[in-house]
Amino acid sequence: MRDYTTFIPEYVAAGGAILVIAVELIWPNMRKDLLAYMTAFVAAGWAIASAAFIGMEPRSFQGLIQLDNFTTYFRFLASGIVLVTALMSAGYMRERTKTAAEYYGLMLIAGIGMVYMAAARELITAYISLELLSFCLYVLVGYLKRDSLSSEASLKYILLGAFSSAMFLYGASLIYGIAGTTSYDGIANALATRGAHTDAAVIVGFMLILAGVGFKVSAVPFHMWAPDAYEGAPMPITAFLSTLSKAAGFGLILRLFSGAFITDALEWRWTFALLAALTMTAGNLLAIQQTNLKRLVAYSSIGQVGYMLVVIAAIGYGDAEIGRNATSGLLLHITGYIISTLALFTALTAYYNKTGNDTVAGLKGLAETQPFLALVITVSLFSFAGLPFFAGFATKLFMFQAATTTELLWLIGLAVLNSFISLYYYLMIIRQMYLFEPAPEIQRFKVNPLLWGLGSVLMLGVLFIGVYPGPLFHGAAKAARPLFEQSASSTGIAKQP
Amino acid sequence: MTFDEAQGYVVLATLAAPLVAALILLFVPSENKMLVRYVSAFFAAVMLGCSIYIFTAFQANGGGLQMQLRWTWVENVAFLKKDGISLYLGVDGISATMALLTGIVAFAATLTSWKLEYRNKDFFLLFWILVGGVYGTFFSLDLFFFFFFYELAVMPLYLLIGVWGSTRKEYGALKLTMMLVGGSVLMWIGIFAIFHEANLGTFDMVKLWAAGKDGTLDPTFQKTFFPFLVVGCGVLAALWPFHTWSPDGHMSAPTAVSMVHAGVLMKLGAFGIIRLGIQMLPVGAAFWMPGVMALGVIGAVYGAMAALTQRDFKLISGYSSVSHMGYVLMGLATMNQIGVTGAVLQMFSHGVMTALVFLMIGALYDQAHTRDLKDFGGIAKVMPVWVVMYTIAGLANVGLPGLSGFTAEFHIFVGTFETYPLFGGLAIFAAALAAAYMLRMFATVFFGPFNPRWSALKDVTPLEATAGALLIGAMVFMGVWWAPFTDRISMAVLSLPGVTG
Repeated sequence: MRDYTTFIPEYVAAGGAILVIAVELIWPNMRKDLLAYMTAFVAAGWAIASAAFIGMEPRSFQGLIQLDNFTTYFRFLASGIVLVTALMSAGYMRERTKTAAEYYGLMLIAGIGMVYMAAARELITAYISLELLSFCLYVLVGYLKRDSLSSEASLKYILLGAFSSAMFLYGASLIYGIAGTTSYDGIANALATRGAHTDAAVIVGFMLILAGVGFKVSAVPFHMWAPDAYEGAPMPITAFLSTLSKAAGFGLILRLFSGAFITDALEWRWTFALLAALTMTAGNLLAIQQTNLKRLVAYSSIGQVGYMLVVIAAIGYGDAEIGRNATSGLLLHITGYIISTLALFTALTAYYNKTGNDTVAGLKGLAETQPFLALVITVSLFSFAGLPFFAGFATKLFMFQAATTTELLWLIGLAVLNSFISLYYYLMIIRQMYLFEPAPEIQRFKVNPLLWGLGSVLMLGVLFIGVYPGPLFHGAAKAARPLFEQSASSTGIAKQP
Repeated sequence: MTFDEAQGYVVLATLAAPLVAALILLFVPSENKMLVRYVSAFFAAVMLGCSIYIFTAFQANGGGLQMQLRWTWVENVAFLKKDGISLYLGVDGISATMALLTGIVAFAATLTSWKLEYRNKDFFLLFWILVGGVYGTFFSLDLFFFFFFYELAVMPLYLLIGVWGSTRKEYGALKLTMMLVGGSVLMWIGIFAIFHEANLGTFDMVKLWAAGKDGTLDPTFQKTFFPFLVVGCGVLAALWPFHTWSPDGHMSAPTAVSMVHAGVLMKLGAFGIIRLGIQMLPVGAAFWMPGVMALGVIGAVYGAMAALTQRDFKLISGYSSVSHMGYVLMGLATMNQIGVTGAVLQMFSHGVMTALVFLMIGALYDQAHTRDLKDFGGIAKVMPVWVVMYTIAGLANVGLPGLSGFTAEFHIFVGTFETYPLFGGLAIFAAALAAAYMLRMFATVFFGPFNPRWSALKDVTPLEATAGALLIGAMVFMGVWWAPFTDRISMAVLSLPGVTG
């Protein structure tokens, strides 16, 4: 049955996107920050509409799109990220552009792309969602077209992104060649019963798909675009890239590898372990040398991706129970990471709006000139480093504990060691803010009340998850469950879409 | 509600007091420096009162864990089964003693910091987070929260030393933080492995202790992971050769932080070795303890010899701390009742003694702005009270009978001679060296020819004198009448797995 009510939340979002664009067409001279508030309002509506789906029986749309708690979880993440980033952009975009409607509209659409990446249970649908997200991001990264850095970033991102999409497609076609179907369940069945002579094709197919999604989540060695895109993009879009695009990538990876490819885990799991080890180590070591804040965050988020990839490796190594637990841990951690990152960028945006400076050294003496921003930045950095009272401590501990299997203990050890390395460069930022006096020409300044409020709320969120992660962890566990129930009983649903 | 549970709320209040103080300070305007001080002093008094209560109300002949309180925090989700993680507090004889130490030192440190003017709100805020972490580690019976508070205690040190410190403070702060967090990396790995190996779905330490005893944690596993936990905690306990943060860190730290850090925080490391090493991995402990003994002896002798060559007051105390923590490790490594009891006594004794030493150094440095021994001479003429107090601390350091150092070291030496006579001899050699570096300092600084450059020095302030008197009181008390301590500690020690009577 074609149940179109499944998509109600995204009707809200897409309708809102069209509305935002239309409004500016009708009143071209309107205040651009009103568009931001509209977008935030739409995103809130999107979240409320999604709330109606909590705990609902899993249902499938033609075998293409699965609506279950996992999808709902990603709906909340997507709408939340869009809401916060839109508010963050209000002042920033108002000062820098004459037309902002597309900017906000594309943000909403990118969010929709993310949801369907997590919801897709069929390769073509997954690919189209991935492209929907990517194209929105290409435009958003290059939105400040008079800024050559922004255009350069966008070009680089498009070229490498298109390349990675091609790899993904090529890998998907190889898998299709063996399975004869693009549906995840069909692939899982076909891979379980395939002959040994197909080994080469399957492995190449896996590696190409892995490279494709590796680009999206910026795993080493497919990370080259990230620092440049982060640096050139408008500040709120940098936040958007490091939260939404990563979460979306993991949504797709989780659904795909725990569903379609789980029956052949032997062939890909070691790659994820290797990729995780490389990504976290390279990300953290390269972050040490950065002097630009956005680039530093880019590398630090690459390091974070490395930790998250440990979970995917654990899904491959462990049984369904470990997979489910590890996925719960990952969803919890990714949420904590998103909130911390958004808090960090809210503070950085507020700071950038006042000073136009985005270097680490520029933060010198921030504790004197603007103690609130210094506090928010410190809280989010400590959360990244995994210090207690902040989200990162509990979420990281839960995620790693859930992913601990005898085969992967070395990787967990490496991950903890990496989070120790990361503390060093986070302390280098904190050192600038707290240990030094500000440069004499910099005066104490006030923060825009909207960003102040946003920063406070996000900071409290980081503290709440750090102090009482129970409720969110339960939510994450509920969201993770459907992934592994399906793979256990994946027989004969939806042969052809 | 049983009486024991009601007492559990006292434990909770003791833990909550510093954190609440930090929270309140967040809303005190930073210009109002007096209010900051009053709030801090009030909560310090509460903590001291609660700590004394916990120590006195702890039933020495009852033994075991008392004043337990458990609130479920997260359970029945993913890998966590029933009682997965709970805020599970309780004290045994060892942690009751440590709580008393924390209360005394934190109170003394608050009085010492009274004169601090520069950003004193931020200072106290971070300071109370540090103290909260310390209390939490001593009281936690849940592995998750144990580690949570352990990390919490380390976290504020970077800023406390970096902002308010002296002498190469950035270097000292960074080195200290990175080394301590590096130690917790090992602990973290150990904790993951233990939880996975025990496979109980809970972080409840009492259950994990049982798992260590009954072999649920495989003997080979225990032998493999004991070094992770002991080196991890050992970094904080200045285990040689991971002690190098200690002299630099202490040299850079502001007075109150030095007091709490050397006085209490280093004990967290030794406490962690008891809780995670001896109690959770008893087979591993039995296997590795000779190694810990060797490192402890090296630390004791090396620290004393290094202190002998230093000219900076704080470096002398820093190395002397390494030496005394070496005794603690030796005491733990004896694995007999008297030796381990001595180790805990030494933790207390060194805590109050070194806090007094750093308090006195701070009182001098604030006026003189130098800490080089060679610059001073005949200080006794201008700062008589200061000299008396410092001398008492120094004599406790040397192990003069009648002061706490003697009680503690005597127990340790007896215990060591029982199991490792050779090492016992070396330890006494280290004690002799302690006498040498202390007396050398007394001679040049306190008594030698008076250097007229210092005629303007003032004696300790009344607040500093009060703080000093409190610490001296604790030292004399333990030195003269140690039964309240040994009763509580030795019962707890005897219940540790693998400890012989």
